[in-house]
Amino acid sequence: MQSVIAIEGLGIAFEQGGVRTEVLRGLDLKIAPGEFVAIVGPSGVGKSTLLRVLIGLATPSAGTVRLNPDVKADRAMALVFQDSRLLPWRRILSNVCFGLEKTQLTRLERRERALAALAGVGLRDVAARFPHQLSGGQRQRVALARALAVRPAILLMDEPFSALDVQTREALQDELIRVQSASGQTVLFVTHDIDEAVYLADRVVALGGRPGEVKISLDINVPHPRRRDDVALRHSAAQIRDVLFAETIVREDWVI
Amino acid sequence: MRGATPYLLAAIGLALFLGVWEAVPRLGLLPPTLLPAPSQLPAAFLREVKSGIWGDSVLFSLWHYAIGLACGTACGIVLGIATGMYRPFDWALAWIVRVLRPIPGLAWVPFAILWFGIDQTAAVFIIAIGCFWIVFFAAQGAIRGVDRDLIEVAEAFGFKSGPEKLVKVLFPAALPGMLVGVRTALGQAWMAVVASELFGVSGLGQRMQQASSLLATDIVVVYMLTMAALYGLVDTAFVFLQSRLLAWKA
Repeated sequence: MQSVIAIEGLGIAFEQGGVRTEVLRGLDLKIAPGEFVAIVGPSGVGKSTLLRVLIGLATPSAGTVRLNPDVKADRAMALVFQDSRLLPWRRILSNVCFGLEKTQLTRLERRERALAALAGVGLRDVAARFPHQLSGGQRQRVALARALAVRPAILLMDEPFSALDVQTREALQDELIRVQSASGQTVLFVTHDIDEAVYLADRVVALGGRPGEVKISLDINVPHPRRRDDVALRHSAAQIRDVLFAETIVREDWVI
Repeated sequence: MRGATPYLLAAIGLALFLGVWEAVPRLGLLPPTLLPAPSQLPAAFLREVKSGIWGDSVLFSLWHYAIGLACGTACGIVLGIATGMYRPFDWALAWIVRVLRPIPGLAWVPFAILWFGIDQTAAVFIIAIGCFWIVFFAAQGAIRGVDRDLIEVAEAFGFKSGPEKLVKVLFPAALPGMLVGVRTALGQAWMAVVASELFGVSGLGQRMQQASSLLATDIVVVYMLTMAALYGLVDTAFVFLQSRLLAWKA
């Protein structure tokens, strides 16, 4: 099957005060329709920067990103940030409408679509509230609804649950899996939490090193619903840990 | 008990103030022309109302106030947003701002008269200048202070042009800061009203000037209190409007 997106030889570098810092080098990544890909790796390896490049908030220094033109979607990508970043002056429904205001939809169609997206994350009844009246977990679900409402070819998620407490995080992970399997949404999910990546994704790509490079790409062939203590998942997580941990030790030796 | 106490103390404070004020001219500590007793004021007020001067003055001043405030605020918001959003524009205006900023509204009176004559427009002009700077700096600061993260949300959802970002994020996010500036300008504009009418344009300021040159200090005080009451009304209405506009704030 043809991929939704093909990233080839992608490099990201920053120039600051005349010093050039290479963040990411030679990244190749293809994502199939409906696939859930997670990217893990230590801080500073360029995971978030990759998403920022894909959504257009930063420009790459090398390589290409090609979207499959045959994929039917209203928008190429939508991003869920680590913090919900809802607009505090808009009510919840209006926040979910935000991305739709860039489309040709009428006011009524936008409203319908936003309500459906809110219902999809189980929050239809808070439509008339303001963001500050919601809990952190609810806000993050609204942010997910806001991104899904624009029907993106690829849903990008930048450590979306890392600021939440454990219980809320696990509830939202399950919610995401439910929404994703129901809609067949293609997802690119960035996290530093290897267990989370393994629990959620069909494929985990681990980045390491400076500049960041792909260290291992692992298919997780365990059907949903998964158990968090599933042996195969634990085994995959250990495999990724080994690769990234070896990396860390080498780097620390080098620093000393 | 706690509920009524503040009001009670406020009433006692006000009564004491009026008592001392009344006592000073009555005991002959100051002649009534220097300090009119509060008991003289209702009569003076009624005389002014009956002659129609009070109503005309209030209407004229309110008109100057409203137009001057609207013009100054609108210019301040537009230029504040523009300089807040676009650095080159800010650099281009930087020294013009530094030269013009410290000139008080009153200093513009000669030019206001030369340009507009002894006319309502001159008064409006001086009031507008008084409001402009406050709103300009408030709007500029508020726009610059908008959370970068929220601007990124707009960009991530495809609102990349300046006007789109302004409408979707910058303006609503900066509104609270801008309204603080507008509220300060509401007070500043009343001060400018008096200054702008001193040279002969009809209104409260002109009437105060006439009364003080005739040593009719009771009438001066009537107009001082009139202005305080008008300011109180306008400010209360504004605070109500502000709370409606910013209902989303926690």
